[in-house]
Order: sequence, then C-alpha cells, then structure tokens
Amino acid sequence: MSNLSSLPDAIRSHVHDGDCVALEGFTHLIPFAAGHEIIRQEKRALTLVRMTPDVIFDQMIGMGCAKRLVFSWGGNPGVGSLHRLRDAVEKNFPHPIEIDERSHAAMTVSYTAAAAGLPCGILRGFLGSDLAAHNPNIKFIDCPFTGERLAAVPAIRPDVAIIHAQRADRAGNVHLWGIVGVQKEIALAAKKVIVTVEQIVDDLNAPSNACVLPAWVVTAVCHVPGGAAPSYAHGYYDRDNSFYLAWDEVSRDRQNFQRWMRANVMDGMPINGDA
Amino acid sequence: MVATPSEVMTIVAARMLREATVCFVGIGIPSKAANLARLTHAPNAVLIYESGTIGTRPSVLPLSIGDGELAMTADTVVSTSEVFSYWLQGGRVEVGFLGAAQVDRYANLNSTVIGNYKSPKVRLPGAGGAPEIAAQAKETLIIINHDRRKLVEKVDFITSAGYLDGGDSRERAGLKTGGPTAVITDLCVLRPESLTRELVVTQLHPGITRQMVAEATGWEVRFAEDLIETEVPSDVELSTLRELERQTILAHSNEAADRTPFIRTDPTEEVARP
Repeated sequence: MSNLSSLPDAIRSHVHDGDCVALEGFTHLIPFAAGHEIIRQEKRALTLVRMTPDVIFDQMIGMGCAKRLVFSWGGNPGVGSLHRLRDAVEKNFPHPIEIDERSHAAMTVSYTAAAAGLPCGILRGFLGSDLAAHNPNIKFIDCPFTGERLAAVPAIRPDVAIIHAQRADRAGNVHLWGIVGVQKEIALAAKKVIVTVEQIVDDLNAPSNACVLPAWVVTAVCHVPGGAAPSYAHGYYDRDNSFYLAWDEVSRDRQNFQRWMRANVMDGMPINGDA
Repeated sequence: MVATPSEVMTIVAARMLREATVCFVGIGIPSKAANLARLTHAPNAVLIYESGTIGTRPSVLPLSIGDGELAMTADTVVSTSEVFSYWLQGGRVEVGFLGAAQVDRYANLNSTVIGNYKSPKVRLPGAGGAPEIAAQAKETLIIINHDRRKLVEKVDFITSAGYLDGGDSRERAGLKTGGPTAVITDLCVLRPESLTRELVVTQLHPGITRQMVAEATGWEVRFAEDLIETEVPSDVELSTLRELERQTILAHSNEAADRTPFIRTDPTEEVARP
C-alpha cells in the first residue's frame, strides 16, 4: 500500500496535541511547509525537537504550538536572535515554555541512540560546562572498561519525525542528498515519519550508498514542491537569505509577527477567534 | 591600504592557522579568517564545518553553516552525527575556531545566557557545537570583539570550558585536550599564562595602547613582559580579504536578484557526483 498522502491529511492523522514532534534539516531541507500546516491546524502543547530551531520553530513557538523545546542552537543563522523564542523564554509570551538544552553533539547522540533502540547515548562532553548543572537530562557515567568519565543523554524517541527530501518514488521510497544533517537518524528514531518531497519520480536511480529511506519506514510521503523554502533544497532552489534577514524585523514585534503569520501562513484565517 | 580594527582581527586570526592544519570552523569571523588563511599562506588547510562538510573550499563566505556552497566544494559531506562523532570526538581536529558572546579571564566561553539561566536577561542562541569543539579539538582559537561586556572577569554561564578556575582545573575536570591557545580581538591578542592560565595580553595591534586595552577589559588585565606589536597587515592579506568580502556580497545579492525558487536542475546529475 502506498504511503502517499496530502500534507493536511498527514498532519491531521499523525500529529496530535501533546505529541513530541521533531522537524529536522540542518539549515538545508527544513520542513517549513509541514511546520506551517501544524500551525494552521492549531496543534497545541507539543514538545518540539530540533537541533537548530531556526525560523520554523520561532513561528511555531510564537503561534502557541509549543509546551517544551529540545534544542542545541537557537539563533537565526547568519542573522542573530530568534525573537519569538526569546520572548517565550525571557517573557513567557505567548506562554511559558520549558527548555531541554543540549549541545549539537549530544542531540545527535540522543537521535542515534533512539534509532539504535538504546535508552541513552554517550559522548565525551560537558566536562566543565554549566549545561549539565542546569539540565537533568545530562548526566555522567564512568566507562566500565577504562573508568573515563563520559556524558550520557537520554535517547530522543519522537512520536513523529518530519523531514523534507528532494525526491520520492511512487512507492514512497525517499531519497535525499547534499547536507543530509540528522534526517536519517531522526527518521529511524521516531515512531512515525512524515516526509515532504520536492518531486515524485518513477525511479529514484539512487546509488547504492545514497541516503535512502525505504517506504516501509516512512509513514507518509507528501508531494510539496518548495516545501523547504525559505531554506533550500540542494539541486532545486537556493536558500532565501533575504527572508532570514527580513525575519529579524518581522518577528521582533508581537503584533507585526501575528499580522505576518495571518497574511502568509494562516491564509487570512482568524487566530483563536481574534480577527 | 590601512586596515580597520575588524580587518586586523581577521588577518591576525588567519595567520595563526598553520598550513595543512585540520580546522573545525564556526560561522562568522572564524569562517572568514579560516578562508583567508586558505587563500593566502595555508592553501592546504582542511576546513570542517559542523554541517558535515569536510575539506570544503567555498569561493565565497557562507551566510549559514549549511550553505549549499559548502557541500558543493567539499571533499566529502557526512551526516551531522558523523562529523561530531568520528571526525571531532575521534580526534581528527587540530584547531577549533570559536566565537562567543563573552569570554572570561580564564578563557571560558558563554554563548547561552546573560544573567540567570532560569530567568535570563538575554537569552543567547546557545551551545551549538561549541562545548565539544572546545573539549575535543587539540587547541582552540577564540575570536571576539574587545569590550568590557564581552571580556569579563567571570562569564555568567560556562557554555564551553576554557581553563575553568585557572591553574590545573581544566585537567582536573577531566579535559584531555590543550584548550584555548589565543584570544584574538580587534585590539590585541591574549594568551594563557603558563601556570595560572590567566589570559594576558601578548600582542598589541598597530596604534593600540595598553590603556585602550585596559579600559576595554572587564578585569585588571596584565601585559606580558615580552609584549610585541602586531605586524601591520600586508597588501596581499588585506586585498585578499577585501576581495573575498566583495565576492561574498556580490554572490549573495545576485542570489537575491535571481531568486526563481522552483527552477529544477537535473537531480540525477547531482546524485552522480563521486
């Protein structure tokens, strides 16, 4: 049976209030369209997981989707702050948000541990850093063989992982390339996987070592050309750097942000009845 | 040609990168300095970005850590988990190039919060790859603009360990690598003193006085006995840097002008790259 689906159907069927949802893509292939669909469907109390929250989580947090954020670098890449994320952490707006803050390396270890079915991942990290003192999800263990003190972080096993890829075939096998980030890891870590793709093709023609997710590990494939914009899809379109610069101004002010989201994401729909 | 303070900082940082060094690079000034080194005295320097691009030779500076330019000019592109596990933690990186919001007298770095962690005055972006770069590269170079809010007695939050409380406290905490060897600012270079590990000024940039540095530093900064003056940037260094910046601005503004988001190239061609 094919896993091809429309994006609204996939989000409606597989993302539920209170879920732990990871949207991955390291600067490249960020699943913006899927994030916007979650915002439009007004999903609430989500635990949002992403190494680099980027503009997509800034939008989701600002629109009230998040209860908790698991992340490692929360800036606007090449620009500065994520103002909606900062407003939530500094001023509890639109509501307080819990944060579980790790490092990039620790996030990748949390994903690979989950993908490998392990309860935790280990790394040589956090020695001398204050992060461990402020995050109960960072602990230390002694290597049973050498006695070396190592950091341990719990596996992250999201209810749903959402990624964007260049192509899928009609059977729903997915192929991505370029900067592949942690997409394979998070897909295999999660209970369900939604993939948006630029293009559906007859045959992937993927080389044998390519980054391919077989259809049987992917819950839903949605054909969404441009679904990573304003980030980029290698071989399809470039990153819209001017958008990231402009976002700084749009997101700085609460009303400005709301107006922009209504016009560009909510499609004129009222937010919480507040037209 | 006369260099601006920021250009001097970038050029001095670039000079510290030895030929053929394997360098883990952060975005911004570290990336600019590393690429300047590659285009001048260190053509075989190996640049690794945390997006998994290894041995990359961008023709213009990336605006984000995951720009396509980095992937297209790399020897190989690996997953983010692999770049941190096999390449960084595996001990392949000689120099880590880092920036931060604050650095203190023992070269600890803060990129997490200003103020209290639970209710911060300013929430900064956070750790990213820095804690492990600081812990796992054989040495680190730190680049930061020099002012009292940035060079502080004690950072509000240690995101990435330098020499912690000084002396042998870094080693006692279990960190096995060398740690920061220089802090390069737009005024001077500071290096850790051998026993105390306190940062002392070892080099003043052209036209900069001890008083200017003292006033811009958040602790009573000391000066090395053999304090030297930074060699004036050469015409080659300066023109290469300016050309790199000019090309970068040009490339990124052309991208914006040519924005036709959904033009497709033949994906099979991309896939076929060896």
